[in-house]
Amino acid sequence: MFFQDLSGAHSSVEPATPQAGRIANLWWVMFYVSVAVLALVTAALIYAVFRRRSAREQTAPVDLSPNTNRERKATRAAAVALAVTIAILFVLLGLSFTTGRAVSFLSNESPLEIKAVGHRWWWEFQYVDPVPSRGFITANELRLPQGRQIVLTLTSNDVIHSFWAPNLMGKKDLIPGQESRLIFRPEKQGVFRGQCAEFCGFQHAQMGFLVLVESDGDFSDWYNHESQQAVQPSNDSEKRGRQVFLSSTCVMCHTIGGTPANSNIGPPLTHLASRTSIAAATLTNSRENLAKWVTDSQKIKPGNRMPPNVLGPENLDDLLNYLTSLK
Amino acid sequence: MTMREGILLFPRPARRSPPALRLRVVGMGALALLIFQAACKREERGFRVQPPSASAAEGSRMTDFQPGPRTPESPVKNEYEDNAYALSEGKRLFQEYNCSGCHFNGGGGIGPALMDDEWLYGDKPENIFETIVEGRPNGMPSFRGKVPDYQVWQLVAYVRSLSGQVGSNAAPGRSDHMQTSSPEQSRPRESPKLSGKPR
Repeated sequence: MFFQDLSGAHSSVEPATPQAGRIANLWWVMFYVSVAVLALVTAALIYAVFRRRSAREQTAPVDLSPNTNRERKATRAAAVALAVTIAILFVLLGLSFTTGRAVSFLSNESPLEIKAVGHRWWWEFQYVDPVPSRGFITANELRLPQGRQIVLTLTSNDVIHSFWAPNLMGKKDLIPGQESRLIFRPEKQGVFRGQCAEFCGFQHAQMGFLVLVESDGDFSDWYNHESQQAVQPSNDSEKRGRQVFLSSTCVMCHTIGGTPANSNIGPPLTHLASRTSIAAATLTNSRENLAKWVTDSQKIKPGNRMPPNVLGPENLDDLLNYLTSLK
Repeated sequence: MTMREGILLFPRPARRSPPALRLRVVGMGALALLIFQAACKREERGFRVQPPSASAAEGSRMTDFQPGPRTPESPVKNEYEDNAYALSEGKRLFQEYNCSGCHFNGGGGIGPALMDDEWLYGDKPENIFETIVEGRPNGMPSFRGKVPDYQVWQLVAYVRSLSGQVGSNAAPGRSDHMQTSSPEQSRPRESPKLSGKPR
C-alpha cells in the first residue's frame, strides 16, 4: 500500500550486516540441502513407481522363501540412507550452532547503545547518551550509523512483541519486565523495514518500523538535531496550533520537547516532521495523512490507542501547521 | 420376521405437540437467545463509538434538596458497565492518565479512596462523570477537553467496579502489572452512601 520503493528492504536474503549475512548463508545451505534431499527422495519414489513388476511376474506365484542375499542388500541400503540422514542433520545442527555463536558475539569496541521498547502498537527507541540531557526518544524510526556496532536492548511495556528487521538480524522477543539484547553492525547504507513478529493484538500486522542506515556524518547531524528541543512556532497559525495541541486530548499522551506536553503514553512528537512515516510505518508522513490520522485514526487502524478527535476546521488547520513545522 | 413386524420396529411418526408445550419451547428458545445476546455485549469492542449517553451527565444534581416535593431523577445507564473491554480500557486509562497518582489503586492516599462506600460527590455514573470532567474543590483537577467523552465513561465504569458496583462477569479479573489488591471482579459490593466532608 505504502512505500512501494522498499522492495528488498524487508528481506533476510539481502543482508545489510555481517550477522544477517551469516544467517542468510545458513538459510541458503539449508535451502540447497533440502532441495537435494527432496530431489533424491522424489527420484527414488518415481523409480519405484516405474520399476513395477512385469506382467509375467504378476501372474507368477510370489516367492516368499528366505533369500539372505536380498535381505542383506536391502538392510545395507536402508542403513546407508539412515546414516546419511543423521549425518546431514548433524551437519546442519553444527552449522546453526556456529551461526548462533557468531551472531551473538560482542567485540571490544565501544558500541552504540539503543533501547527499544514495544508498545501496542508502536516502537519506542531510546538513544542513551553518556550525557543524560543529550539522550532522546524517538518512535517507529531507527537511525543507525554505518559501520558501528549496535547493541539494542529490547523490552516491552505491555505484552510480548518481537523485533524483526530481517536485513539486520534475526528475530528477538520483547518481553515485559525483562531485557534481551541484539548485537549487529550495519555495513550497508539504505532504508530497511522491520515488523513486529509476535502476535500482540489488533494492530499487530501493521506494527512496523523503518531502519535508516546512514553515513557517520549524516547520523551525527541527525543525532545532534534530535537532542534539541522542538522548534518554536514561527507564525501565528503555528502558535495557535501549539495552543490547540496543549489544550486538547493530544497533551494527555504525547511529548513535545520544550513544551508542557510531557507524557510518554503515545509516540513522542518533538521532531515529528523529520520522520518519513507515521502510525508505525503505515502511512507516509504527509499533511493529508496526518489530518486523517488526527481526526479518525480508528478508520485507518481499528483498535489503536489514539482516540478520534473532533476539531473545528480552523483548529485542525492550525494544529497541522504546527505539527508539520516540528522538523 | 414378517414385513409388517419390520415396519413396526420403527417409531410411529410423532404426533403434533400440544400448544402449551410448543409455547414453552418457544419461550425457552427466546430466553436462551436473550441470554446469548447479553453475553455478546460483554465482548463487544467498539472503536468508533458514541459515548453511551452524551451530555446525560449534565442533568445530574449536586444535592438531593429540591424546591417543592421531591421528583425522581432519570437514571443514566452507562452501557460500558456490562462490557469487559470498556472496563479493562478504563483500568488502563486509570493508570495512564495518572488517576493512580492520587487515588492509588483505589485505596486512596492523596485523594479519597474509591473502593469504599463513601462518596463525597455521588456514586451515580453521571456524578462520577461530572467529577472527572468538572473537577472538584480541594484537589481534583478538571479533565474537560483533555479526555474524550467515551474514555471518561470507560473510567466511570472502572471507578464503579472498584467498589463492586458492576457485574462480576464483566469487571477486570487481572492486572497487567503486579496485583495490588483483590481483582475488581471479586470485590464485595459496597452499598454507597453520600457522606462527610472532603478530608
